[in-house]
Amino acid sequence: MAQMTMIRAITNALDIALAADNKVLVFGEDVGRNGGVFRATEGLQAKYGETRVFDTPLAESGIIGLANGLALEGFRPVPEIQFLGFIFEAMDQILGQAARMRYRTNGRFHIPMVVRSPFGGGVKTPELHSDSLEGLFLQSPGVKVVIPSNPYDAKGLLLSAIADNDVVVFLEHMRLYRSVKQEVPEETYTVPLGKASVLRQGSDVTVIAYGYMVQTALRAAHQWQEQHGLSAEVIDLRTLYPMDIETIVSSIKKTHRAIIVQEAQKSAGGAAEIIAQINENAIYHLEAPVLRIAPPDTVYPFGVVEDDWLPSPELVVTGLQKVMSL
Amino acid sequence: MKPFINEVTKMSIVSADIRQTPLLQALDETGKVVDTTLIPDISDSEIRQLMHKMVFTRILDERALRLARQGRLGFYAPVAGQEASMIGSEAATRPDDFLLPGYRDVPQAVFHGWPLYQWVLFSRGHQKGGEIPEDARLIPPQIIIGAQYVQAAGIGLGMKLKGDNRVALTYTGDGGSSEGDFYEGINFAGAFQAPVVFVVQNNQFAISVPVSKQTAAGTLAQKAVAAGIPGVQVDGMDVFAVYSATKEAVDRARAGHGPTLIETVTFRYGPHTMSGDDPTRYRTKAIEAQWERRDPLIRLRNYLQNLGMWSDSDEEQTIEEAKQALADALKKADAVPAMTVAGLVDSMFETIPDTLLRQKQEYLPKEEQ
Repeated sequence: MAQMTMIRAITNALDIALAADNKVLVFGEDVGRNGGVFRATEGLQAKYGETRVFDTPLAESGIIGLANGLALEGFRPVPEIQFLGFIFEAMDQILGQAARMRYRTNGRFHIPMVVRSPFGGGVKTPELHSDSLEGLFLQSPGVKVVIPSNPYDAKGLLLSAIADNDVVVFLEHMRLYRSVKQEVPEETYTVPLGKASVLRQGSDVTVIAYGYMVQTALRAAHQWQEQHGLSAEVIDLRTLYPMDIETIVSSIKKTHRAIIVQEAQKSAGGAAEIIAQINENAIYHLEAPVLRIAPPDTVYPFGVVEDDWLPSPELVVTGLQKVMSL
Repeated sequence: MKPFINEVTKMSIVSADIRQTPLLQALDETGKVVDTTLIPDISDSEIRQLMHKMVFTRILDERALRLARQGRLGFYAPVAGQEASMIGSEAATRPDDFLLPGYRDVPQAVFHGWPLYQWVLFSRGHQKGGEIPEDARLIPPQIIIGAQYVQAAGIGLGMKLKGDNRVALTYTGDGGSSEGDFYEGINFAGAFQAPVVFVVQNNQFAISVPVSKQTAAGTLAQKAVAAGIPGVQVDGMDVFAVYSATKEAVDRARAGHGPTLIETVTFRYGPHTMSGDDPTRYRTKAIEAQWERRDPLIRLRNYLQNLGMWSDSDEEQTIEEAKQALADALKKADAVPAMTVAGLVDSMFETIPDTLLRQKQEYLPKEEQ
C-alpha cells in the first residue's frame, strides 16, 4: 500500500483502466502531453500513446460529442471537462444526447462514458471554475452522479464508473486533490456506485454530506463532541444518483435528527432531494425538521468572499446545536 | 477525370465568398448533360436504382402528408424537393458506413437499413422505432439541430482508430450550419483527419428564416475553409452531382484523406413539419414555382427516358411498390405492442436503481390491466 493524494489515486485508476481495456480512451483539453491542468493524466500519454490518451481542440460540446461518437463505435470514453463551470457548453451532448441514447434506441445503443471534471470552492479561482453544479445533473434522467471525498474512494469509485455501461458524471473537488493523503492499494479494486458510507458513528444527529463538505462535517462533528459532548454520525453520500437512501434511513432511525451540509447553493439540488427522500421514507422517525447548512442562492462568489460564503465547521456546529434544540 | 474536390477549393480563397468555384451540376433542369465528368461511374442498373429510390421517396412523402393529417403518423418533416440531395448522398456509402441523420433525413435512414415500420413507430413516438436493427449502421434521426455533427467526428475517429476503412455520413441544414456543434464537428474531424462526410442541405429556409438572414457567408460550403477541410457546393436538385461529389468525399475519407463538407443547394416543397407550419407566411408562390422547375425527379426522368432507361411502367411499378411498402409498414407498426411507462423505465439504465424501480411499481397496476 502506498500513501496517495486524491489526484494520484485518480491517475492510478485511469492507469489501471487504460491497461485493462484497450477500448478505454482518455481525452480532453491539455490531458495529453501536459498531463492535465491538475496532472490527473500525468504520464498516461507517454505510457499508452496518443491514440489512447490525447488532446482535443478546445470545445466542450465537441469533446462530449466526440465521446458519444466513440462510444457508438464501441469505445469507453473518459473525457475530461477542464473545470465544471465549462460544462454548460456541453450540456446537450451530456443530457440531451448521451443520457438518452439507451432510451432513444430502446437499448440498441448505450454510452459507457465517464465525464470527469474538477470543481469546488476554497481555492481562489476565477469565475466559473469553482461552482457546484451537481444539482443540474440530478434533475436530469439518465446520468449517474459521483462525488468522492477521499483518495481511496476516488480510485474505487472511478474504476466502478469506467466499468459502468451508462453515463457517469464524476466530480472531483479541487480542494481535495492534494490536501488529504490516505493508504491506497496500488492494485485494482472498486467501490460500488450508489452506496453511501458511514465515516463516523454517532447517536445524536445524522450529518449527510458529499465532496469536500464531508471533511467540514467531520471537523464539525469533532468540535461538537469536544464542546458539547454530543455525537454526530457522518454519512458520506459518495454517489448522488442513484442515492443510497437506505443508509440514511437506518442512521435516522438511530439518531432521529439530521442535517445536510452542502457546498452548492441552498435551493433545489442534492440537499433538497435528500430531504424529500427522508420525508418519503423516514418522517415518523424524526423528532425535528431536517436542516440544510448551505450557502445562499447566489452565484459562486469571487475569491475575496468565498471563505465567508462556504459552510465552515463552526456553521455546521451551529446547525447541530439548532437541530438539537428543536 | 478531374477532381472536383481538391486542395484548390480550399486554398484559392482570396475573398470570403467561394462562389468563384461554380456550383457543381451534371444535368440541367431539362435533364441535359452539362458536365460529363459528374455523371456517376456506376452501372445502368445502379443509375436506375437512384431513380427508383427518388420516386419511392416522393410517393412515401405524399402518403406521409396524408397520414399525418389523418393522425396515423405523428411527427413528420416533409422531404419532397430534397430527394436528389438525400438519395444521391446516401447512395454513395456502403452499408457498413455509419449514418447520422437529422430529423428530416428519413429516406436516407430507410435506405441505410432502418425498417419502414420502425420509422412509422418513431413518428408516432413509440420507443421501438429507434431500436435500430443489429446489422444496420445508423442512429435514429436527431432532433437537436447539429448535435450529430460532433458525434460524427467521434464515430469517424473511432473508425480511424480501429483502422476499418469505414466512413461516417451526417446531415444538417442551412440553419444547422449556424450551430456551434456544426463548427466544432467539422473542426474536430479536420483536426483528427477523421473519415467523415458532412452534408449541409441548404433548403433555403430554417423553418421561416431565409439563408440571407442566417449568415453573411456567400456559401455554406465555404465554412469548410476555416476548418481546413475541403468544401464543395453542389446542385442539390441534381442527383448525379450529389452522388459524384459524395462518392469522391467518401473515397477520400476511406483512403485516409480526412473529412469533406458538401453543401447541397436544394428546396423543400412542403411545410417544415406537419405540426402546423404554414410556408405562405414566409415564402412566395413564385419562389416555390421557381424551385419546382428544377425538380430532381423530372430532371433524371428526362435523362433516363432519352436513353430508354426508364419507362412509364417502371414509374408505375415503383409507385405501386412504395404504396405497398407503406401499407405493410403501417400494418406491422399497428401490430407492435403499445409502449409502456414500465418499459420506458427499463430503458434508462442497464441496471435500474432501486428508487426508479419503486417509481416503476406505481405504474405497473395501471398498465397491467
